[in-house]
Amino acid sequence: MTAEPTAGFRHFHDQLGTLKQRLLAMSARAEELVELSVDALLTRDTGKAQAVIEADREIDRMELEVEQLTVELLALQQPMARDLRFLISAIKITSDLERVGDHAVNIAQSALRLHALPTRVTPEPSLAEMARRARSMLADALDAFVRADGALGRDVCGRDDAVDAMHDSLFRVLLTHMMGDPRTINPGLELLLVSRNLERVADLATNIGEDAVFLAEGKQIKHHAEDGRG
Amino acid sequence: MTAIHPGAIAVEEFSFWYGAKQALFDISLDLAPQTVTALIGPSGCGKSTFLRSINRMHDLLPGARSSGRIRLDGEDVLDRGVDVVQLRQRVGMVFQRSNPFPKSIYDNVAWGPRLNRNPSRSELDDLVEQALRRAALWDEAKDRLRQSATGLSGGQQQRLCIARALANEPEVLLLDEPASALDPIATQRIEELLWELKKDLTIVIVTHNLQQAARVSDRTAFFYLGRLVEHGATDQIFTAPREERTDAYITGRFG
Repeated sequence: MTAEPTAGFRHFHDQLGTLKQRLLAMSARAEELVELSVDALLTRDTGKAQAVIEADREIDRMELEVEQLTVELLALQQPMARDLRFLISAIKITSDLERVGDHAVNIAQSALRLHALPTRVTPEPSLAEMARRARSMLADALDAFVRADGALGRDVCGRDDAVDAMHDSLFRVLLTHMMGDPRTINPGLELLLVSRNLERVADLATNIGEDAVFLAEGKQIKHHAEDGRG
Repeated sequence: MTAIHPGAIAVEEFSFWYGAKQALFDISLDLAPQTVTALIGPSGCGKSTFLRSINRMHDLLPGARSSGRIRLDGEDVLDRGVDVVQLRQRVGMVFQRSNPFPKSIYDNVAWGPRLNRNPSRSELDDLVEQALRRAALWDEAKDRLRQSATGLSGGQQQRLCIARALANEPEVLLLDEPASALDPIATQRIEELLWELKKDLTIVIVTHNLQQAARVSDRTAFFYLGRLVEHGATDQIFTAPREERTDAYITGRFG
Protein backbone atom coordinates (compact mmCIF):
# COMPACT_ATOMS: atom_id res chain seq x y z
CA MET A 1 0.00 0.00 0.00
CA THR A 2 1.20 3.44 -0.83
CA ALA A 3 0.34 6.73 0.79
CA GLU A 4 -0.26 8.27 -2.63
CA PRO A 5 -3.89 9.03 -3.37
CA THR A 6 -5.19 7.77 -6.69
CA ALA A 7 -6.01 10.00 -9.67
CA GLY A 8 -9.72 9.40 -9.10
CA PHE A 9 -9.29 10.44 -5.53
CA ARG A 10 -7.60 13.70 -6.56
CA HIS A 11 -10.36 14.50 -9.03
CA PHE A 12 -13.01 13.82 -6.38
CA HIS A 13 -11.21 15.98 -3.86
CA ASP A 14 -10.80 18.81 -6.35
CA GLN A 15 -14.55 18.73 -6.68
CA LEU A 16 -15.05 18.72 -2.93
CA GLY A 17 -12.84 21.82 -2.89
CA THR A 18 -15.05 23.44 -5.53
CA LEU A 19 -18.08 22.63 -3.43
CA LYS A 20 -16.51 24.29 -0.39
CA GLN A 21 -15.77 27.42 -2.44
CA ARG A 22 -19.35 27.60 -3.65
CA LEU A 23 -20.77 27.17 -0.16
CA LEU A 24 -18.47 29.93 1.09
CA ALA A 25 -19.49 32.24 -1.75
CA MET A 26 -23.15 31.52 -1.12
CA SER A 27 -22.77 32.14 2.59
CA ALA A 28 -20.89 35.40 2.00
CA ARG A 29 -23.68 36.57 -0.28
CA ALA A 30 -26.38 35.56 2.24
CA GLU A 31 -24.56 37.47 5.00
CA GLU A 32 -24.33 40.54 2.76
CA LEU A 33 -28.05 40.43 2.07
CA VAL A 34 -28.88 40.24 5.79
CA GLU A 35 -26.65 43.24 6.40
CA LEU A 36 -28.08 45.16 3.45
CA SER A 37 -31.68 44.46 4.46
CA VAL A 38 -31.15 45.71 8.02
CA ASP A 39 -29.27 48.70 6.64
CA ALA A 40 -32.22 49.43 4.32
CA LEU A 41 -34.49 49.35 7.35
CA LEU A 42 -32.35 51.56 9.58
CA THR A 43 -31.54 54.15 6.92
CA ARG A 44 -34.99 54.02 5.26
CA ASP A 45 -33.33 53.31 1.92
CA THR A 46 -35.87 51.74 -0.45
CA GLY A 47 -33.21 51.24 -3.15
CA LYS A 48 -31.24 48.92 -0.89
CA ALA A 49 -34.40 47.04 0.03
CA GLN A 50 -35.19 46.49 -3.64
CA ALA A 51 -31.64 45.31 -4.26
CA VAL A 52 -32.03 42.63 -1.57
CA ILE A 53 -35.29 41.41 -3.07
CA GLU A 54 -33.71 41.13 -6.50
CA ALA A 55 -30.54 39.45 -5.27
CA ASP A 56 -32.55 36.58 -3.81
CA ARG A 57 -32.74 34.96 -7.24
CA GLU A 58 -28.95 34.77 -7.21
CA ILE A 59 -29.01 32.84 -3.92
CA ASP A 60 -31.63 30.48 -5.33
CA ARG A 61 -29.45 29.80 -8.34
CA MET A 62 -26.42 29.13 -6.11
CA GLU A 63 -28.50 26.66 -4.11
CA LEU A 64 -29.41 24.73 -7.24
CA GLU A 65 -25.76 24.61 -8.35
CA VAL A 66 -24.53 23.28 -5.02
CA GLU A 67 -27.34 20.74 -4.92
CA GLN A 68 -26.62 19.51 -8.40
CA LEU A 69 -22.89 19.14 -7.78
CA THR A 70 -23.55 17.31 -4.51
CA VAL A 71 -26.00 14.87 -6.07
CA GLU A 72 -23.50 14.20 -8.87
CA LEU A 73 -20.72 13.48 -6.41
CA LEU A 74 -22.96 11.21 -4.35
CA ALA A 75 -23.96 9.24 -7.43
CA LEU A 76 -20.59 9.03 -9.14
CA GLN A 77 -18.19 8.73 -6.21
CA GLN A 78 -20.31 6.87 -3.67
CA PRO A 79 -18.43 8.52 -0.85
CA MET A 80 -18.08 7.06 2.62
CA ALA A 81 -17.32 8.22 6.14
CA ARG A 82 -16.04 11.82 6.33
CA ASP A 83 -16.72 12.51 2.64
CA LEU A 84 -20.26 11.19 3.00
CA ARG A 85 -20.87 13.37 6.04
CA PHE A 86 -19.49 16.36 4.14
CA LEU A 87 -21.84 15.93 1.18
CA ILE A 88 -24.94 15.21 3.26
CA SER A 89 -24.18 18.32 5.32
CA ALA A 90 -23.52 20.39 2.18
CA ILE A 91 -27.05 19.65 0.92
CA LYS A 92 -28.52 20.75 4.24
CA ILE A 93 -26.34 23.85 4.49
CA THR A 94 -27.18 25.08 1.02
CA SER A 95 -30.85 24.79 1.90
CA ASP A 96 -30.25 26.67 5.18
CA LEU A 97 -28.40 29.43 3.32
CA GLU A 98 -31.23 29.74 0.84
CA ARG A 99 -33.55 30.24 3.83
CA VAL A 100 -31.22 32.96 5.14
CA GLY A 101 -31.69 34.71 1.80
CA ASP A 102 -35.47 34.46 2.22
CA HIS A 103 -35.24 36.01 5.68
CA ALA A 104 -33.22 38.91 4.23
CA VAL A 105 -35.99 39.40 1.68
CA ASN A 106 -38.61 39.37 4.45
CA ILE A 107 -36.66 42.06 6.28
CA ALA A 108 -36.34 44.13 3.09
CA GLN A 109 -40.10 43.88 2.55
CA SER A 110 -40.70 45.01 6.11
CA ALA A 111 -38.39 47.94 5.43
CA LEU A 112 -40.48 48.92 2.39
CA ARG A 113 -43.75 48.66 4.31
CA LEU A 114 -42.33 50.67 7.22
CA HIS A 115 -41.25 53.33 4.77
CA ALA A 116 -44.82 53.58 3.45
CA LEU A 117 -46.37 53.95 6.91
CA PRO A 118 -47.42 57.39 8.13
CA THR A 119 -46.25 56.76 11.68
CA ARG A 120 -42.56 56.56 12.28
CA VAL A 121 -41.04 54.66 15.14
CA THR A 122 -37.36 54.67 15.79
CA PRO A 123 -36.08 51.21 15.08
CA GLU A 124 -34.59 49.68 18.17
CA PRO A 125 -30.81 49.75 18.15
CA SER A 126 -30.84 46.17 19.36
CA LEU A 127 -31.95 45.13 15.84
CA ALA A 128 -28.58 46.22 14.47
CA GLU A 129 -26.86 44.25 17.22
CA MET A 130 -28.96 41.16 16.52
CA ALA A 131 -28.11 41.42 12.84
CA ARG A 132 -24.42 41.72 13.65
CA ARG A 133 -24.52 38.63 15.87
CA ALA A 134 -26.53 36.54 13.42
CA ARG A 135 -24.10 37.41 10.60
CA SER A 136 -21.05 36.59 12.66
CA MET A 137 -22.61 33.27 13.73
CA LEU A 138 -23.24 32.46 10.09
CA ALA A 139 -19.67 33.34 9.07
CA ASP A 140 -18.18 31.28 11.90
CA ALA A 141 -20.50 28.33 11.24
CA LEU A 142 -19.38 28.16 7.61
CA ASP A 143 -15.78 28.56 8.67
CA ALA A 144 -16.21 25.72 11.17
CA PHE A 145 -17.73 23.56 8.45
CA VAL A 146 -15.12 24.06 5.74
CA ARG A 147 -12.29 23.59 8.25
CA ALA A 148 -14.11 20.71 10.00
CA ASP A 149 -13.60 22.54 13.29
CA GLY A 150 -15.95 20.91 15.79
CA ALA A 151 -15.03 23.26 18.64
CA LEU A 152 -15.93 26.36 16.61
CA GLY A 153 -19.17 24.65 15.51
CA ARG A 154 -20.12 24.08 19.16
CA ASP A 155 -19.18 27.67 19.95
CA VAL A 156 -21.61 28.96 17.29
CA CYS A 157 -24.40 26.78 18.71
CA GLY A 158 -23.73 28.23 22.15
CA ARG A 159 -24.25 31.78 20.89
CA ASP A 160 -27.85 31.21 19.77
CA ASP A 161 -29.35 31.69 23.24
CA ALA A 162 -28.13 35.29 23.42
CA VAL A 163 -29.90 36.15 20.13
CA ASP A 164 -33.07 34.43 21.33
CA ALA A 165 -32.93 36.48 24.51
CA MET A 166 -32.56 39.71 22.51
CA HIS A 167 -35.60 38.76 20.46
CA ASP A 168 -37.66 38.12 23.62
CA SER A 169 -36.58 41.35 25.18
CA LEU A 170 -37.35 43.33 22.01
CA PHE A 171 -40.78 41.74 21.92
CA ARG A 172 -41.50 43.06 25.40
CA VAL A 173 -40.23 46.55 24.55
CA LEU A 174 -42.36 46.74 21.39
CA LEU A 175 -45.39 45.38 23.20
CA THR A 176 -45.08 48.14 25.76
CA HIS A 177 -44.94 50.77 22.98
CA MET A 178 -47.92 49.28 21.20
CA MET A 179 -50.03 49.17 24.34
CA GLY A 180 -49.16 52.75 25.15
CA ASP A 181 -49.90 54.18 21.71
CA PRO A 182 -52.08 52.25 19.23
CA ARG A 183 -50.56 54.21 16.29
CA THR A 184 -47.35 52.31 16.85
CA ILE A 185 -49.04 48.92 16.39
CA ASN A 186 -48.39 48.66 12.65
CA PRO A 187 -44.75 49.71 12.71
CA GLY A 188 -44.26 47.79 15.96
CA LEU A 189 -45.46 44.60 14.33
CA GLU A 190 -43.12 45.15 11.38
CA LEU A 191 -40.15 45.57 13.70
CA LEU A 192 -41.21 42.46 15.56
CA LEU A 193 -41.21 40.57 12.26
CA VAL A 194 -37.72 41.84 11.52
CA SER A 195 -36.52 40.69 14.92
CA ARG A 196 -38.15 37.31 14.34
CA ASN A 197 -36.38 36.98 10.97
CA LEU A 198 -33.01 37.79 12.51
CA GLU A 199 -33.63 35.30 15.28
CA ARG A 200 -34.34 32.68 12.58
CA VAL A 201 -31.08 33.51 10.78
CA ALA A 202 -29.25 32.77 14.04
CA ASP A 203 -31.14 29.46 14.27
CA LEU A 204 -30.04 28.53 10.76
CA ALA A 205 -26.45 29.44 11.63
CA THR A 206 -26.83 27.12 14.62
CA ASN A 207 -27.96 24.31 12.30
CA ILE A 208 -24.83 24.84 10.24
CA GLY A 209 -22.72 24.80 13.41
CA GLU A 210 -24.30 21.43 14.25
CA ASP A 211 -23.46 20.18 10.77
CA ALA A 212 -19.84 21.25 11.32
CA VAL A 213 -19.72 19.15 14.51
CA PHE A 214 -21.28 16.22 12.64
CA LEU A 215 -18.66 16.54 9.92
CA ALA A 216 -15.74 16.90 12.30
CA GLU A 217 -16.70 14.36 14.96
CA GLY A 218 -19.33 12.11 13.34
CA LYS A 219 -21.64 13.03 16.23
CA GLN A 220 -25.18 14.34 16.01
CA ILE A 221 -25.66 17.14 18.53
CA LYS A 222 -28.92 18.65 17.32
CA HIS A 223 -32.08 18.22 19.41
CA HIS A 224 -29.70 17.47 22.29
CA ALA A 225 -29.08 14.04 20.75
CA GLU A 226 -25.66 14.03 22.39
CA ASP A 227 -26.76 14.35 25.98
CA GLY A 228 -29.68 11.95 25.55
CA ARG A 229 -32.35 14.52 26.38
CA GLY A 230 -34.01 13.80 23.04
CA MET B 1 -32.57 -25.35 9.89
CA THR B 2 -31.24 -24.64 13.34
CA ALA B 3 -27.96 -26.39 13.72
CA ILE B 4 -26.93 -28.03 16.96
CA HIS B 5 -23.85 -25.82 16.92
CA PRO B 6 -24.62 -22.16 16.74
CA GLY B 7 -21.42 -21.42 14.81
CA ALA B 8 -20.06 -18.72 17.10
CA ILE B 9 -16.42 -17.90 16.44
CA ALA B 10 -14.22 -16.29 19.07
CA VAL B 11 -10.74 -15.36 17.93
CA GLU B 12 -8.31 -14.70 20.76
CA GLU B 13 -4.89 -13.10 20.35
CA PHE B 14 -4.31 -14.82 17.05
CA SER B 15 -0.99 -14.23 15.29
CA PHE B 16 0.24 -15.86 12.10
CA TRP B 17 3.62 -16.19 10.38
CA TYR B 18 4.61 -17.19 6.85
CA GLY B 19 8.10 -18.41 7.73
CA ALA B 20 9.92 -15.44 9.24
CA LYS B 21 7.35 -12.93 8.09
CA GLN B 22 4.59 -12.17 10.54
CA ALA B 23 1.31 -11.61 8.67
CA LEU B 24 -1.13 -11.19 11.56
CA PHE B 25 -0.57 -9.59 14.95
CA ASP B 26 -2.63 -10.42 17.99
CA ILE B 27 -6.08 -10.46 16.43
CA SER B 28 -9.03 -10.73 18.82
CA LEU B 29 -12.44 -10.70 17.21
CA ASP B 30 -15.84 -12.29 17.75
CA LEU B 31 -17.83 -13.46 14.73
CA ALA B 32 -21.45 -13.90 15.72
CA PRO B 33 -23.92 -16.44 14.31
CA GLN B 34 -26.62 -15.15 11.96
CA THR B 35 -24.36 -12.26 11.11
CA VAL B 36 -22.39 -11.30 8.03
CA THR B 37 -19.00 -9.90 8.94
CA ALA B 38 -17.01 -8.16 6.19
CA LEU B 39 -13.21 -8.07 6.37
CA ILE B 40 -11.80 -5.05 4.57
CA GLY B 41 -8.37 -3.55 4.11
CA PRO B 42 -5.73 -2.93 1.44
CA SER B 43 -4.02 -5.83 -0.34
CA GLY B 44 -1.57 -7.56 1.94
CA CYS B 45 -3.25 -6.43 5.13
CA GLY B 46 -3.85 -9.99 6.28
CA LYS B 47 -7.61 -10.26 5.84
CA SER B 48 -7.43 -13.31 3.54
CA THR B 49 -4.81 -14.96 5.74
CA PHE B 50 -7.17 -14.45 8.64
CA LEU B 51 -10.14 -15.88 6.72
CA ARG B 52 -8.18 -18.94 5.63
CA SER B 53 -7.00 -19.59 9.17
CA ILE B 54 -10.58 -20.17 10.29
CA ASN B 55 -10.73 -23.49 8.46
CA ARG B 56 -7.00 -24.17 8.57
CA MET B 57 -6.24 -23.69 4.90
CA HIS B 58 -2.61 -23.00 5.85
CA ASP B 59 -2.01 -26.45 7.36
CA LEU B 60 0.02 -27.73 4.45
CA LEU B 61 1.97 -24.54 3.85
CA PRO B 62 5.64 -25.04 4.69
CA GLY B 63 6.84 -22.66 7.39
CA ALA B 64 3.39 -21.48 8.36
CA ARG B 65 2.74 -21.19 12.07
CA SER B 66 0.38 -19.44 14.39
CA SER B 67 -0.29 -18.61 18.01
CA GLY B 68 -3.48 -17.79 19.86
CA ARG B 69 -6.87 -19.43 19.56
CA ILE B 70 -9.75 -19.56 17.09
CA ARG B 71 -12.69 -21.03 18.96
CA LEU B 72 -15.66 -22.45 17.09
CA ASP B 73 -18.44 -22.98 19.62
CA GLY B 74 -15.79 -23.05 22.31
CA GLU B 75 -13.43 -25.54 20.69
CA ASP B 76 -10.05 -24.32 19.42
CA VAL B 77 -9.94 -25.22 15.71
CA LEU B 78 -6.15 -24.86 15.76
CA ASP B 79 -5.80 -27.69 18.23
CA ARG B 80 -3.81 -30.52 16.66
CA GLY B 81 -6.48 -33.00 17.76
CA VAL B 82 -9.13 -31.38 15.54
CA ASP B 83 -10.07 -33.39 12.45
CA VAL B 84 -9.56 -30.96 9.59
CA VAL B 85 -11.98 -32.77 7.29
CA GLN B 86 -14.73 -32.47 9.88
CA LEU B 87 -13.77 -28.86 10.53
CA ARG B 88 -14.18 -28.04 6.84
CA GLN B 89 -17.64 -29.60 6.81
CA ARG B 90 -18.59 -27.21 9.57
CA VAL B 91 -16.75 -24.28 8.02
CA GLY B 92 -17.44 -24.05 4.29
CA MET B 93 -15.41 -21.87 1.96
CA VAL B 94 -16.02 -20.18 -1.39
CA PHE B 95 -13.20 -18.61 -3.37
CA GLN B 96 -12.76 -15.69 -5.71
CA ARG B 97 -12.70 -17.87 -8.83
CA SER B 98 -15.49 -20.40 -8.99
CA ASN B 99 -13.96 -23.87 -8.97
CA PRO B 100 -16.60 -26.45 -9.85
CA PHE B 101 -15.34 -29.99 -10.35
CA PRO B 102 -15.40 -31.01 -14.03
CA LYS B 103 -18.44 -33.16 -13.34
CA SER B 104 -22.20 -32.79 -13.53
CA ILE B 105 -24.03 -30.16 -11.53
CA TYR B 106 -25.57 -32.95 -9.45
CA ASP B 107 -22.25 -34.63 -8.70
CA ASN B 108 -20.69 -31.33 -7.64
CA VAL B 109 -23.32 -30.79 -4.98
CA ALA B 110 -23.47 -34.48 -4.00
CA TRP B 111 -19.69 -34.65 -3.56
CA GLY B 112 -19.51 -33.77 0.14
CA PRO B 113 -22.48 -35.83 1.37
CA ARG B 114 -21.25 -38.88 -0.62
CA LEU B 115 -17.81 -38.63 0.93
CA ASN B 116 -18.98 -37.97 4.43
CA ARG B 117 -21.96 -40.19 5.06
CA ASN B 118 -22.88 -42.31 2.07
CA PRO B 119 -26.58 -41.42 1.90
CA SER B 120 -29.23 -43.35 -0.01
CA ARG B 121 -30.11 -42.31 -3.53
CA SER B 122 -33.35 -40.57 -2.55
CA GLU B 123 -31.71 -38.90 0.46
CA LEU B 124 -29.02 -37.59 -1.83
CA ASP B 125 -31.58 -36.28 -4.33
CA ASP B 126 -33.20 -34.35 -1.49
CA LEU B 127 -29.90 -33.00 -0.24
CA VAL B 128 -28.91 -31.82 -3.69
CA GLU B 129 -32.24 -30.14 -4.31
CA GLN B 130 -32.22 -28.49 -0.91
CA ALA B 131 -28.66 -27.17 -1.35
CA LEU B 132 -29.40 -25.87 -4.83
CA ARG B 133 -32.56 -24.18 -3.58
CA ARG B 134 -30.72 -22.52 -0.72
CA ALA B 135 -28.12 -21.28 -3.19
CA ALA B 136 -30.92 -19.91 -5.41
CA LEU B 137 -29.79 -22.08 -8.30
CA TRP B 138 -32.51 -24.75 -8.36
CA ASP B 139 -34.80 -23.12 -10.93
CA GLU B 140 -31.95 -22.64 -13.37
CA ALA B 141 -30.35 -26.04 -12.78
CA LYS B 142 -33.18 -28.48 -12.16
CA ASP B 143 -33.55 -29.46 -15.83
CA ARG B 144 -29.85 -29.90 -16.42
CA LEU B 145 -28.59 -31.63 -13.28
CA ARG B 146 -26.70 -34.24 -15.33
CA GLN B 147 -24.98 -31.66 -17.52
CA SER B 148 -21.46 -30.50 -16.85
CA ALA B 149 -21.08 -27.75 -14.27
CA THR B 150 -18.55 -26.02 -16.48
CA GLY B 151 -21.38 -25.09 -18.87
CA LEU B 152 -22.88 -22.75 -16.28
CA SER B 153 -22.26 -19.00 -16.38
CA GLY B 154 -19.75 -17.46 -13.98
CA GLY B 155 -22.43 -16.31 -11.56
CA GLN B 156 -24.16 -19.70 -11.68
CA GLN B 157 -20.87 -21.51 -11.10
CA GLN B 158 -20.25 -19.37 -8.04
CA ARG B 159 -23.71 -20.18 -6.68
CA LEU B 160 -22.99 -23.84 -7.43
CA CYS B 161 -19.86 -23.61 -5.29
CA ILE B 162 -22.01 -22.13 -2.51
CA ALA B 163 -24.52 -24.99 -2.96
CA ARG B 164 -21.63 -27.49 -2.79
CA ALA B 165 -20.54 -25.96 0.51
CA LEU B 166 -24.12 -25.89 1.84
CA ALA B 167 -24.64 -29.59 1.06
CA ASN B 168 -22.33 -30.35 4.00
CA GLU B 169 -24.64 -28.32 6.25
CA PRO B 170 -21.93 -26.06 7.60
CA GLU B 171 -22.33 -23.64 10.48
CA VAL B 172 -19.94 -21.12 9.01
CA LEU B 173 -19.45 -19.91 5.45
CA LEU B 174 -16.22 -18.16 4.50
CA LEU B 175 -16.15 -16.22 1.23
CA ASP B 176 -12.98 -14.77 -0.28
CA GLU B 177 -13.95 -12.10 -2.84
CA PRO B 178 -16.84 -14.25 -4.09
CA ALA B 179 -18.20 -11.69 -6.54
CA SER B 180 -15.11 -9.92 -7.82
CA ALA B 181 -15.23 -11.71 -11.18
CA LEU B 182 -18.99 -11.30 -11.66
CA ASP B 183 -21.10 -8.70 -13.43
CA PRO B 184 -23.40 -6.44 -11.37
CA ILE B 185 -26.51 -8.63 -11.80
CA ALA B 186 -24.69 -11.82 -10.79
CA THR B 187 -23.08 -9.91 -7.93
CA GLN B 188 -26.47 -8.74 -6.73
CA ARG B 189 -27.76 -12.32 -6.73
CA ILE B 190 -24.84 -13.45 -4.57
CA GLU B 191 -25.43 -10.56 -2.20
CA GLU B 192 -29.13 -11.36 -1.90
CA LEU B 193 -28.20 -14.96 -1.28
CA LEU B 194 -25.93 -14.03 1.62
CA TRP B 195 -28.80 -12.08 3.11
CA GLU B 196 -30.95 -15.26 3.05
CA LEU B 197 -28.19 -17.61 4.18
CA LYS B 198 -27.21 -15.62 7.23
CA LYS B 199 -30.43 -16.74 8.92
CA ASP B 200 -28.75 -20.13 9.44
CA LEU B 201 -25.04 -19.37 9.22
CA THR B 202 -22.15 -17.35 10.47
CA ILE B 203 -20.86 -15.64 7.33
CA VAL B 204 -17.46 -14.02 6.91
CA ILE B 205 -16.66 -12.29 3.63
CA VAL B 206 -13.43 -10.74 2.40
CA THR B 207 -14.06 -8.04 -0.17
CA HIS B 208 -12.18 -5.19 -1.80
CA ASN B 209 -15.46 -3.71 -2.88
CA LEU B 210 -16.34 -1.33 -0.07
CA GLN B 211 -19.85 -0.71 -1.37
CA GLN B 212 -20.37 -4.45 -1.29
CA ALA B 213 -19.11 -4.68 2.28
CA ALA B 214 -21.47 -1.86 3.21
CA ARG B 215 -24.42 -3.53 1.49
CA VAL B 216 -24.10 -7.10 2.70
CA SER B 217 -22.53 -7.02 6.13
CA ASP B 218 -23.81 -6.37 9.62
CA ARG B 219 -20.35 -5.91 11.06
CA THR B 220 -17.13 -4.76 9.45
CA ALA B 221 -13.55 -5.37 10.50
CA PHE B 222 -10.79 -3.19 9.05
CA PHE B 223 -7.33 -4.78 8.80
CA TYR B 224 -4.16 -2.85 8.13
CA LEU B 225 -0.59 -4.15 8.08
CA GLY B 226 -1.64 -7.36 9.80
CA ARG B 227 -3.49 -5.67 12.60
CA LEU B 228 -7.17 -5.31 13.34
CA VAL B 229 -7.57 -1.54 13.41
CA GLU B 230 -11.29 -1.27 13.99
CA HIS B 231 -14.27 -3.56 14.25
CA GLY B 232 -17.85 -2.41 14.63
CA ALA B 233 -21.37 -2.21 13.24
CA THR B 234 -21.16 -1.67 9.48
CA ASP B 235 -23.31 1.48 9.55
CA GLN B 236 -20.98 3.02 12.09
CA ILE B 237 -17.80 2.03 10.23
CA PHE B 238 -19.03 3.52 6.96
CA THR B 239 -20.54 6.72 8.31
CA ALA B 240 -18.43 7.64 11.31
CA PRO B 241 -15.44 5.35 11.88
CA ARG B 242 -13.64 5.94 15.15
CA GLU B 243 -10.12 5.42 13.82
CA GLU B 244 -8.44 7.94 11.54
CA ARG B 245 -6.85 5.09 9.52
CA THR B 246 -10.25 3.51 8.86
CA ASP B 247 -11.60 6.84 7.65
CA ALA B 248 -8.57 7.37 5.42
CA TYR B 249 -8.95 3.91 3.86
CA ILE B 250 -12.66 3.99 3.15
CA THR B 251 -12.58 7.52 1.76
CA GLY B 252 -9.71 6.59 -0.57
CA ARG B 253 -7.12 8.79 1.12
CA PHE B 254 -4.78 5.89 0.79
CA GLY B 255 -5.10 2.93 -1.52
